[in-house]
Amino acid sequence: MENSIYLDEARDPLIVAEGWMKDGKDVAIATVVETWGSAPRPVGSHLVIDADGNFQGSVSGGCVEGAVVAEAVDVIESGKAKMLEFGVADETAWQVGLSCGGRIKVYVERLG
Amino acid sequence: MDPYALKTLNAERRARRAAILVTDLDDGRDRIVREGDQVAGELGAAIAKAFRSGNSGSVEAEGRTFFLNAYLPQPRLLVIGAVHISQALAPMARIAGYPVEIIDPRTAFATADRFPDVALHAEWPEDVLARQPLDSYTALAAVTHDPKIDDFALKAALDANCFYVGALGSRKTHAKRVERLLALGATADQIARIHAPIGLDIGAASPAEIAVAVLAQAIQAFRSRGLETRDAAA
Repeated sequence: MENSIYLDEARDPLIVAEGWMKDGKDVAIATVVETWGSAPRPVGSHLVIDADGNFQGSVSGGCVEGAVVAEAVDVIESGKAKMLEFGVADETAWQVGLSCGGRIKVYVERLG
Repeated sequence: MDPYALKTLNAERRARRAAILVTDLDDGRDRIVREGDQVAGELGAAIAKAFRSGNSGSVEAEGRTFFLNAYLPQPRLLVIGAVHISQALAPMARIAGYPVEIIDPRTAFATADRFPDVALHAEWPEDVLARQPLDSYTALAAVTHDPKIDDFALKAALDANCFYVGALGSRKTHAKRVERLLALGATADQIARIHAPIGLDIGAASPAEIAVAVLAQAIQAFRSRGLETRDAAA
């Protein structure tokens, strides 16, 4: 909940990621590291993904999550971090649709 | 991300302590910096700035690119006294982004009718604070005028290093309060941190105007916190 003084344990992406890790799952963490224009989620926002494609959190409010989840599964396999960019000027991003007109840069890394 | 870094970060966040995850975007290595940890150079200056603002972002330092993700606890305002000022202060502070809780053991004052949609405790501060301890991301405003209710909470706020401590009352009232707090074991440095008379000096007359003055002073304290120590070190 916005402005709650307590963490929302069931929905907080980093708490969820720690829980998955304890359950022995492979996990990737995606983080918004830069935004331009009307990006829907602020810098620092997280989306966490497990190897089966389950995810929690958001990096764009729904526009590019599908693409990030697909890339995250690769990152979990390879162990190599990736920097993804989405925006209206980018062909891929046009397809996945940041229709709000913003651009974002998302860092995807494996946990551990 | 290093699993240990994630565990440490979550533990800090659960404890309502500020932390920054520093990631080297060139090699992916990361570490957690807690508020108060000493980090030298350009990176240290950027980290100090991120702790104050709460803003995350990339920074170039020592020929590398680092991403600083700042995790600050939600600041909040705890008001001792379910009085007229508090009725105006609670909705204003919530709009400004500071959730409010109110404590007043006087059940005639602490009623849901007078304070709709506010977390209200019709109990002694001693009992509430035993369950929900104060911390440095909490502001405390004591506005009952009654030493039996205010004093314990004020001393607890100073000991917990609350980012703002304000107390309602004239200079004369405050002089007597200082004597009582000294008797309770408060130090002179702690006493100096109390804002009394409470609120920025805007000539506030009505309870609602005093609420504006208190909220503005609490925001000022939050946005300038840590600057004193930096200036002293410079």
